[in-house]
Amino acid sequence: MIIAERKPMEEIRREIAPYKKILVAGCGTCVTVCWAGGEKEVGILASQLRLAGSSEGKEVVTLEATVERQCEKEMLAELRDKVEGVDAVLSLACGAGVQTMAGFFEDKPVFPAVNTTFIGMPEKEGLWVEMCGACGDCYLDRTGGVCPVVRCAKGLLNGPCGGTRKGGKCEINPDEDCAWVVIYRRLEKQGRLDLMREYCAPKNARAVKRPGRIHAAKA
Amino acid sequence: MMMDGIIVAFCCERSGYPAADLAGRLRLHYPENLRVIRVPCAGRVDVIHIMKAFEMGASAVVVLGCEEGACHHMTGNTRARERVRYCDTMLREVGIEKRTAVMVNISPNAPHKFVTAAVETSKILEDLREAR
Repeated sequence: MIIAERKPMEEIRREIAPYKKILVAGCGTCVTVCWAGGEKEVGILASQLRLAGSSEGKEVVTLEATVERQCEKEMLAELRDKVEGVDAVLSLACGAGVQTMAGFFEDKPVFPAVNTTFIGMPEKEGLWVEMCGACGDCYLDRTGGVCPVVRCAKGLLNGPCGGTRKGGKCEINPDEDCAWVVIYRRLEKQGRLDLMREYCAPKNARAVKRPGRIHAAKA
Repeated sequence: MMMDGIIVAFCCERSGYPAADLAGRLRLHYPENLRVIRVPCAGRVDVIHIMKAFEMGASAVVVLGCEEGACHHMTGNTRARERVRYCDTMLREVGIEKRTAVMVNISPNAPHKFVTAAVETSKILEDLREAR
């Protein structure tokens, strides 16, 4: 899923400073799961903005709404009435959601309230880790399902660097496991260690032509 | 309803509320600006409830839950403590330094601790007012 984290409060307040009536819009999918922009976070942020406004003697009117997915136009349609009545929209969705919203309601300024950071998974409660760089040229078949492109600090495709620490930790970040040690152990368990000897040619950095566009056939 | 200068006390019905009740029956004096709200568990108090209390003008919010390890719902009191800490961070983030959220663990048979919590919260507020 897409992981995001809320922007610093000063930045959010700077974005919406010229506006009085604001719709704080959440997204019910990825950013809800990573505690960045779901219904709960919408309520808290709106409350913070009202508190900040009242403490400075400035009236801030906030509306709150959360749709299932902000990256789908059909789901944004239900916000039409609310968006029409406000000066600006503060979106807590990922970059895709913010852009879909901005495109759908072109006459309203839409501001991001979160920074979209990576595609990842929850490691434990409150901790999300990056798993995929969306490079468009998947290499996981040869690495036991561990992506060295993002999980190796150096993004090495052919085995570990010389800096792996004792206990299989990363040279750059000693708190992280060396991705290539994880790959080795995984392949060892599966009896596929021969894959470690296979050379991987440099990746095609242009596997996805930007902006990415896929026409898929419905099954 | 505005609540300027009010301390809102969310009291767990198994600890904070009986303690407040007992304090009343014993005619113990505690700050008159404290308002008790009975909740089924301290874990029922969400961040947004505390934020709303501040929005309505409360100067402080006290969440009174069971002693550590004694929560009837297992983890309600520990969750409440985390939420209270989170709320305090949210307040500081928007530059509100003179109000505070406090978590207090209490037994149902500790009316004096209830009074102490109320008095100490008032003192914290006074200190915050004087500090800035």
